[in-house]
Amino acid sequence: MNNEQLFTISVFTENQVGLLSRISTIFTRRGLNIESITASSSSMPGIHKITLTCRSTRAAMEKVVAQIEKCVEVLRAFLYTDDEIVHQEIALYKVPTDRLLDLKNLEEVIRIHNARILEITREYTVIEKAGHSDETEALYNLLKRYDIRQFVRSGRIAVTKSPTEHFTYFLEEQEKRRNKTEDL
Amino acid sequence: MISGAEAILRSFLAEGTDTIFGYPGGAIMPFYDKLYDYTDRLRHILVRHEQGAIHAAQGYARASGRTGVVSVTSGPGATNVITGLSDALMDSTPIVVITGQVGVATLGTDAFQETDVVGIVQSISKWAFQIRRAEEIPAAVAKAFYIASTGRPGPVVLDITKDAQLGMMEWTGYQPVKYIRSYNPDPEINPADLADAAALLNSAERPLILAGHGITIARAEQQLTALAEKADIPVGATMLGLSAMPSDHPLFKGMLGMHGNIGPNYNTNKADVILAVGMRFDDRVTGDTSRYAPDAKIIHIDIDASELNKNIRATTTIHGDAGKVLNALLPLINQAGREEWLKSFDGPDKVEHETVVMREVFPQETVGVMRMGEVTRRISEATGNEAICVTDVGQNQMMGARYFKFTKPRSLITSGGLGTMGFCLPAAIGAKLACPGRNVIALMGDGGFQMTMQELGTIMENGIGVKIVIMNNNFLGNVRQWQELFFNSRFSATPMLNPDFVAIAAAYGIDGESVMSRDELDGAIGRMLATDRPYLLNVNIESTDMVFPMVAPGAAIDDIMLNVSTKYKPETHE
Repeated sequence: MNNEQLFTISVFTENQVGLLSRISTIFTRRGLNIESITASSSSMPGIHKITLTCRSTRAAMEKVVAQIEKCVEVLRAFLYTDDEIVHQEIALYKVPTDRLLDLKNLEEVIRIHNARILEITREYTVIEKAGHSDETEALYNLLKRYDIRQFVRSGRIAVTKSPTEHFTYFLEEQEKRRNKTEDL
Repeated sequence: MISGAEAILRSFLAEGTDTIFGYPGGAIMPFYDKLYDYTDRLRHILVRHEQGAIHAAQGYARASGRTGVVSVTSGPGATNVITGLSDALMDSTPIVVITGQVGVATLGTDAFQETDVVGIVQSISKWAFQIRRAEEIPAAVAKAFYIASTGRPGPVVLDITKDAQLGMMEWTGYQPVKYIRSYNPDPEINPADLADAAALLNSAERPLILAGHGITIARAEQQLTALAEKADIPVGATMLGLSAMPSDHPLFKGMLGMHGNIGPNYNTNKADVILAVGMRFDDRVTGDTSRYAPDAKIIHIDIDASELNKNIRATTTIHGDAGKVLNALLPLINQAGREEWLKSFDGPDKVEHETVVMREVFPQETVGVMRMGEVTRRISEATGNEAICVTDVGQNQMMGARYFKFTKPRSLITSGGLGTMGFCLPAAIGAKLACPGRNVIALMGDGGFQMTMQELGTIMENGIGVKIVIMNNNFLGNVRQWQELFFNSRFSATPMLNPDFVAIAAAYGIDGESVMSRDELDGAIGRMLATDRPYLLNVNIESTDMVFPMVAPGAAIDDIMLNVSTKYKPETHE
C-alpha cells in the first residue's frame, strides 16, 4: 500500500437524482475515503460534472472508475494524477479584524499568498484564497496565530492538460450511435 | 385520459409481460385496483411473502431469458425484496420491480410505510428511479425494461408514488427505449483485441475455455460449442455457466471452482492459454488468485467492462457480447487437434470417479439413509436428464451442480453470487410458470426449505407442478461440513429439529412422501414424476455426507481435497 497517491476523478453525468449517492457508495463499500468532492452543472446543457479526490493505489482507483462508469447515468469517468491536470480549490478565512490589524505586514501577506479580502467589518474580516491545498494550508498556518474563527475549503476542481478533449469526442461518438440506432 | 396505474399496465403489456409476481399493500393499491381489469391479459401470481415474489421472478427470468416483473407495496413490501435485488444483481438477472410509494406531499416525513427505496437500493440495483407524476410512467417503464434486459442484465426498481398511480394522463402510445446516451449495452468489438485473442489461441498448446453465465445470457451456447469443437479446446464451466454445453459433450470437462471437478480445476494451472467467456473470476472459482493459472495467458471476454482486469489481470480483454465475440472469433481460429492435452483430463476424472463419485452416487448398500449425490443423479436420470434443476444454497446446490446432468440450456437455476438460502422454492415456481412443458425439480435442504416454505401456498393456489425434493439431514449441512473441516467439529447452531414436511405439504393439499431408505427411492421418484401436480419428497439423508472434492477457502485451485484427509495427487506414469 506504499504506492498510494492522490488521484482526481472527473465524472461526467446526466442530471439524475440519487446518482451522487450511488457513486459515493462505490467508495464506501471499498473502505475508500473521498478526500473532496465537487459537483455542479457543466458548460454543456444537461451534463453535470463531479470531481472527486481520493488517496489510494492506481489499481484500486482504476477499478473504482470502472464501477463509476458502470452506473447507467454516468457518461464518462476519467482518472488523473496531479501532473495531468490543472487543479484549484478555494478557501475562506474569517479572522477578527482587530487581531488582523496586529499583523504588521498585512499587505505583504495578501500579495505573497495571492489572497484577497472579501469583507471587512469592525468585528471580522473575510479573506479568500484560491490555490492548491498546500497553498491554502500555508495561509491557514499563518493566520491561525491571529485566531481564525471560521475556515472552509472547497473540493478540488480540475481541467486536463491534454490537448485533446476526450469527453467531447465521447459525446460525438454517442451521437453517431444514436443515429445508427435510429436507422435500424 | 387514463390513470398512471393503467399506464403501468399498458406499458407492461407493450413490453410483452405476461406474468407479474407480487403482493398488494396500501401504497400500491391503485395499481392493484386497475390490475383487476387486466387479469385476462396479465397473470398475477400472489406470493406469500415479497421475497418469494422476486425469487419467483428470478426463476422465471433465468428459465426463459425474459424480464421478470415484480410488484410490491412501499415500506416493508419494498424492503422484503432487497435480498432478491442483491441476488439478481450478482447473478445478472433481468428484473423490473415496481414498489408503491407514499404520496409526494408526505415524502421524507416518515409517513406510514415510507422507506427511502431509491436510496436503499443504490448499491444493489442496476438502476432505480422514483416516479412522481403519471406522465413520467411510460418513458420510465420503457427505460427500466431496456436497462434491465440489455448489456449485463440486472434488477431495476421503479418507485411509484401514489400520486403517479392515481394521476391522469394522456396515453399517446408506447415508445420502447433503444438508446440511452450514457449507457451502451452493445459495445463495438475491437478488431485488434480479436486478432490478439486469435493469435494467442492459435499458438496455444494447452488452451482451456472457462464458460460462464454470459454464454447463457447471450444465448451463445452454439457458438461456444462450435469454437470449442473447431479448435479442440476443453471447456470448464462456472456454476452459472452449467448447462450451456451438454454435460455429456466430449469436450465438456465439468465445473470449475471450490467443489468443481478435478480435471478443469487442476488443469487451469497447467493451461497455457485461458479463454474466459462471460465469467468474472469469482473467488469461489479461482481460489487463491496469486496461485491461479500461473502459466496461462488469459483472454477475458465480458460485456461488463468493470469485470475486465477486476479479479484477474488478463493478457487480452475483449469487451462485448459473448455471442458476437465468439462469432467474430470463430473464423480467426485455426482447426486443431489436441489429443494429448485432452487426455490429461482423464487421469483426474478417474481419480475423482473412484474416490468421490462412486461413494456419493453409486453406494454399495441397498438400504438405509441416502447420499445427496445419488438422489440428485437418480432424479436427473428419471427425467431423461431434461429437467430444470432449481437448487437452494449449500450442499444441495453443489450436488445439483455436480450430479444433475444437463442436455438443454437454462437447466440449472441457482443463487450463485449471493448464495441466498430460501431461493429455491420460489425460483422453482417462476421457472415452472416460464417453462410449463419442462419438469422443474426444486432441489433443496431442510434449512433452505424452511426459509421460504410459505410459498407452498402459492403452489397450491395456482396448481404449479413443481417437484419439491428436500434432502433432509436435519442439519445445516454446508455449515456443518465447514465446522467439521475447519472448526474442530464444533457443531454450533447447525443441528435442526424439523417438523413433518410431508404433513405440512398435505396441509396445503400437496401430495408427498418420505423416503426413509434407499430401496424406496426409485419408486418414490417415479410417483413424483408420474403426475403433473406438485409433489414433495422428504428424503432421509446421511447427516455426515459432505461435498467433495473441495478446494479449501484461500487454497490454490489445484490444491484439492478428495476427502477429509487426502489431497489429490496426479498419477505419475513415465
